[in-house]
Amino acid sequence: MFLNLPLLSTLIWLPMIGAIVVLAIGRNNDNAARWATLLFAVATFVVSIALYLGYDHTATGAATMQFIELHPWINALRANYALGADGISVALIGLTGFTSVLVIVGSWGPIQKKVSLYMAAMLALEGLLIGVFAATDALLFYVFFEAMLIPMFIIIGIWGGARRVYATLKFFIYTFVGSIFMLVGLIYLHLKTGEFSLAAFANAGLGPTEQAWLFFAFLIAFAIKVPMWPVHTWLPDAHVEAPTGGSVILAAIMLKVGGYGFLRFSLPITPDASQEYAWVVIAMSLIAVVYIGYVALVQDDMKKLIAYSSIAHMAFVTLGIFIALALVRDQNNLQAAQLGMQGAMVQMISHGFVSGAMFSCIGVLYDRMHTRAIRDYGGVANTMPWFATFFVLFAMANVGLPGTSGFVGEFMVILASFQANFWFAFVAAFTLIIGAAYTLWLVKRVIFGDVANEKVAKLHDINPREWIVLGAFAVGVLLIGLYPKPLTDLMDTSIQQIVGRLLLAKA
Amino acid sequence: MTFNPVDLLVLMPELVLLGATLLILMLDLFVEQSSRALTHWLSLLALAITALLVCVGAPESGERMLAFNDMFIRDGVATILKVFILLTSALSLVYGRNYLRERKLLIGEIYLLILFATLGMMLLVSAGSLITVYLGLELLTLCSYALVALNRDSSVSSEAAIKYFVLGALASGLILYGMSMIYGATVSLDLATIHASIGNVAHPNLIAFGLVFLIAGIAFKLGAAPFHMWLPDVYQGAPTAITVFIGSAPKLAAFGMAWRLLDGALGPLSGQWTLMLAILAVLSLVVGNVLAIAQTNIKRMLAYSTISHMGFLLLGFVNGTSAGYAAALFYIISYTVTAAMAFGMIMVLARAGFEAEEIDDFRGLAQRSPWYAGMMAIAMFSLAGIPPLFGFFAKLLVLKAAIDAGYLWLAIVAIVFAIVGIFYYLRVVKVMYFDKADESALALPDDKPLRWVLSLNGLALVVLGVAWGPLFDWCLRSFI
Repeated sequence: MFLNLPLLSTLIWLPMIGAIVVLAIGRNNDNAARWATLLFAVATFVVSIALYLGYDHTATGAATMQFIELHPWINALRANYALGADGISVALIGLTGFTSVLVIVGSWGPIQKKVSLYMAAMLALEGLLIGVFAATDALLFYVFFEAMLIPMFIIIGIWGGARRVYATLKFFIYTFVGSIFMLVGLIYLHLKTGEFSLAAFANAGLGPTEQAWLFFAFLIAFAIKVPMWPVHTWLPDAHVEAPTGGSVILAAIMLKVGGYGFLRFSLPITPDASQEYAWVVIAMSLIAVVYIGYVALVQDDMKKLIAYSSIAHMAFVTLGIFIALALVRDQNNLQAAQLGMQGAMVQMISHGFVSGAMFSCIGVLYDRMHTRAIRDYGGVANTMPWFATFFVLFAMANVGLPGTSGFVGEFMVILASFQANFWFAFVAAFTLIIGAAYTLWLVKRVIFGDVANEKVAKLHDINPREWIVLGAFAVGVLLIGLYPKPLTDLMDTSIQQIVGRLLLAKA
Repeated sequence: MTFNPVDLLVLMPELVLLGATLLILMLDLFVEQSSRALTHWLSLLALAITALLVCVGAPESGERMLAFNDMFIRDGVATILKVFILLTSALSLVYGRNYLRERKLLIGEIYLLILFATLGMMLLVSAGSLITVYLGLELLTLCSYALVALNRDSSVSSEAAIKYFVLGALASGLILYGMSMIYGATVSLDLATIHASIGNVAHPNLIAFGLVFLIAGIAFKLGAAPFHMWLPDVYQGAPTAITVFIGSAPKLAAFGMAWRLLDGALGPLSGQWTLMLAILAVLSLVVGNVLAIAQTNIKRMLAYSTISHMGFLLLGFVNGTSAGYAAALFYIISYTVTAAMAFGMIMVLARAGFEAEEIDDFRGLAQRSPWYAGMMAIAMFSLAGIPPLFGFFAKLLVLKAAIDAGYLWLAIVAIVFAIVGIFYYLRVVKVMYFDKADESALALPDDKPLRWVLSLNGLALVVLGVAWGPLFDWCLRSFI
């Protein structure tokens, strides 16, 4: 019933139009801007649910792109306005719609200056992110991929903390550096195939050298976006200086664009090089898991700690994807490959919920105390029992406690790693210890213990608005943790497709 | 050599512009308004009518009309270049009017000089012989020197004008010297004849000698490094209303000249000149982008950014095919439209006695006027080449042209310096959005025509960013 409507276009352009509307009506009326933004965000989320419901789960249906929209865009380059979604896209679009609503609710109180601009930037960002997840034309993808830097640049730069200008310039230039190399790769592929569609790129019949060059061009772009060690240094700065809403979007969704890019570009277009150089990415991921975990341990700024924890957790996404490649290459072990890839995807979604929730929690504290230093807190549980409950729940999910979403993805990736190489799994499993160390130590210092100072004693518990935000995140975390089947079912066939293609490439 | 009255029809737009300019010259003597409303609107009308005639009488795609023994060519390239030359000239008139009035510089001569310069540009892009190239070029540059020197009481302006004049004369000399070599080798001034006979001349060295001089002259007119020395001083020294003119339309004309000479006359030697252009491109990218970072004066910064954009433009030229020229043409159009807007913004902020030339003068603009700040941000992001704006697709096309021609290394140099480049464009956005406005900052003027035209210009950057296909198709068609 939904298939007749251009759902993906609606999802992209509804928030974009919303951004213009909000700018127009919200100039002198902050509340109108907030309500209009919420309306557009909720509407977008509803459409994304419709997308999920309209998704054809049957094996034949899910094996191809759905909701396809194809209109000529630039005839001279044979670039099309081409959209399509498989299970992975649908899951990520749903995550985007969900998180955006919560971010807007969460920003209701804390954002008091230039409200309409902030809200418009958020909506524009949402539309662009959905565009990234829905584009099946490389040029269109690139346009969305780059354009989302502009609203994020503005969000961090205007509403950020003390060193916001440094952080936002670093963020912009860092990301731009990565993506422009990808642009050269895309132009090369365009000259080779004569068009810009991803499907054509995948069938370009590239030689080993070409594949290697393109693989590294893509790797730079997406590794910076994820971000992977050693190109992660923009993230802690951007997170620390960004307003809460910006941090949540950044951690929950923008980082996923990197992981998504690996699946859409590196694997299908350069399958041989991806297998050949999988060890590079696996090594980078394992270093991130251990080393970044230790870095997180020594942070005295809560937001920075969670930022580093994000890098360590996103390393599981890249690890899962490239472990799968290694498994296909060395053992032809499709089942384990599928498991690793599936784990990576679940980890992406789960990290979206968990990191979004953690940053929201820190935002709640920051709004009250205006400090992010861990030493200024202590015994928050005494004055904010509800908040403490949520915070501990999300902390457990961050650690990867069974029953929370954090467990599912990491467990699957570690299982798959075992089949590839015992030592990979051994190192990866360190996260269970280090992650627990830095997260629980954070909880101990901030939440538990005696009330540290007068300011903490005066804290009041979360208000209904914050309740809604944290509650919704909690539902998501528990739902995936206890019953991940709908999510894995949604992405299962699409992942099979990607893994199957790898096998073909090998043959 | 007989006179054929039909030739006059081919030249109709130029003749009409000439007639109108002479008419305005006479009428202006009797105009006593300080606002020069009559001169202003008549000039705009003259430009509009000329543009209309350019389009109405345009030859079919792939055809060319020749006049005066092939000295004058009217083809697709001439049409598209003339349309945008007339458009950007009109834009500069609109943007500069208030600025000049507040400085009591709004004299009739400005209109005449700009109109004559426009005529020179139209002649230049239609040139079919070396003589016409030189005539058009001199008409353009002589008017430009006078325009830069317009503010007689300003020592900066005078210095800039002298510098421009001396170096410009030198460049004209280089071009003329190069032309004489080419003529010596081929015994022809006609571009098409040169093209046909250049492969089998008795003295190929003579041709190569002339080629080097021509390229140096072209690089000077474009403002490509290492022939860029005049550009920052002239951009900074000239009144901003003149900078907007010099920085936009003449770049289109210089493109036309470069194409006529390099492809039209010296096409068979492309193996020799593409490498020269590639080296010029690298130097321009390096010099332009690196030096722009150090600037605190926004006019100077935009001048260095111009140099870097000329590097990008040459990327399209090294391709040496019509697809490459179309990409370069698209690039130069995108650049001039965006640059005109950026200089227009400087004039929006300027006031009598306050030039708004420093980057810091844009501080906190987002608080004072969100609309203007948004427009300037669009211009900066477009110059930086961020999608979905006009500038991004222009960069995409020239990069594609360069890679297609086997200049992958050049494309990579270009993108590395594009990364350097975004820093200084972002700095302008940063100053506007993230810094607080000075208490002393003056309110922005409520200049309706300026506001409207500037907004249209800004929206064009967005619209052409999303739907640039038709414009590019037009560029491609011109080169058939």
